[in-house]
Amino acid sequence: MRFVSERCCTYQGTKDLSDDETPEDLPLEVLPLDAWHREQGARMVPFAGYEMPIQYEGIVTEHEWTRSSASLFDVSHMGQLALKSPEDDPGLAARELEKLLPGAITSLKPGRMRYSLLLTEAGGIIDDLMVTNTGPHISLVVNGACKWDDIAHLREHLPDEVTLTHYDDFALLALQGPEAGEVLEKLVPGTGALTFMTAGLFEWSVNDKTAHLWVSRAGYTGEDGFEISVHESHAANLASALVADERVKPAGLGARDSLRLEAGLPLYGHDLSQDTDPVSADLTFALSKKRRETGDYHGFPAIAARLAESESGTLEKRRVGLKLEGRLPAREGAVVFAGDTKVGTVTSGGFSPTLGAPIAMAYIDFAHAAEGTRLECEVRGKRLPATVSPMPFVPHRYFRGN
Amino acid sequence: MPRYFTDEHEWIDVEGESATVGITDYAQEQLGDIVFVELPEVGATLDKGGDASVVESVKAASDVYAPISGEVTEVNGALEDDPALVNSSPEEEGWFFRLSISDSSELKGLMDETAYKAFVDSL
Repeated sequence: MRFVSERCCTYQGTKDLSDDETPEDLPLEVLPLDAWHREQGARMVPFAGYEMPIQYEGIVTEHEWTRSSASLFDVSHMGQLALKSPEDDPGLAARELEKLLPGAITSLKPGRMRYSLLLTEAGGIIDDLMVTNTGPHISLVVNGACKWDDIAHLREHLPDEVTLTHYDDFALLALQGPEAGEVLEKLVPGTGALTFMTAGLFEWSVNDKTAHLWVSRAGYTGEDGFEISVHESHAANLASALVADERVKPAGLGARDSLRLEAGLPLYGHDLSQDTDPVSADLTFALSKKRRETGDYHGFPAIAARLAESESGTLEKRRVGLKLEGRLPAREGAVVFAGDTKVGTVTSGGFSPTLGAPIAMAYIDFAHAAEGTRLECEVRGKRLPATVSPMPFVPHRYFRGN
Repeated sequence: MPRYFTDEHEWIDVEGESATVGITDYAQEQLGDIVFVELPEVGATLDKGGDASVVESVKAASDVYAPISGEVTEVNGALEDDPALVNSSPEEEGWFFRLSISDSSELKGLMDETAYKAFVDSL
């Protein structure tokens, strides 16, 4: 048999690399927790230019442990950026960033975060990202495979008075699962008071040293959990302290992908690209209402047109969820049919461990994109019955306060 | 009953004119959790090196090639309900299909267990 390269389809996460420009040619970089992962028994694979853990015990085991307890993911490949305003104009960074994305940033209160999208002039998605008002500055967490392009885009469009810093000496750890809140509160008191999409600075003392942790209550699994930014010099100690709690086990990119698929969360480079817009991508929640009224951001004319088409039912296509019958998954690239007519393409697909059935995300012609529509996915000449289904496939369980 | 191995991580048990084919423990370990096995049809003629099956794990689909030529006489129906048998018992209960061997000379050049073990250790 021939193993499909583990960096294939599901995990590549790149957007601009064409087939003849494969990233295998580039030297892989090593992240702060590389040795820690190997000690924990991880299988490492190339991903977004780094060696990353794809799994430890097994994808399904790690997936189920995340849904029932808590898992530690290393997402240090992601870009951690900060925008700082000049002293004489403390609102400049937020105002200027707003020109590049559709979310309300100037009204974002300190300690609050928002999911947003960097957009081209044509309304295409350059990247999806988390934007946080940390108080002193605006922080951005962007996709690992896109970070260099994002930095170039921000440098090109932001005025020189706004300082862009890339925290490439910081690791990012995601603690995800229903036990995450209690685990982190025990280790870092005060973090349990954070609610979904809020963040704050905490101190954690180990071996007479104090580490500063920037903790956000957010994630990419659909479960409650945190993303913890920590200087690389403390990352291994923090990871060890977290997995020392018997409720926490390390998990790899494989489980991260199956978890986010169940949670209905799109993956850049697969479900999102510069050829897709936020309306077709079913991300209209990221188009702040106030910003739609003023429309003063990159790509707004195109987005306004897509919104009008969505209202009138003339939108070309839309990202939807598909539940498939049987056990055979339809993966990225599988063609979707209504009868003999091609009506779309799968952009992410796999087997849902929670549902015990294959699920997928696909862009489907608007006329066939209504929930409950019966379609077929073609896999190796077979037609697999599929139904347009609401996402998330598995309900989100975020912590919004008691 | 002699057991042969290929460098594509299949095993072949030969009994007279009949060969039973599956994937090795090393292969299932590399694939991870298997969720679906697409088997050939009984009566299909397989050519050595041609497509025989597809194994879908949680992360990817991988092709299984026919290690020798022959006509499929039986497939392991148990894999339809329980594809994870390939993970739990790859070299016994998780067998894929049986062939009537069309050219036994194709068995020459395949590895025995000792040679396969050395091959895997070298990877």
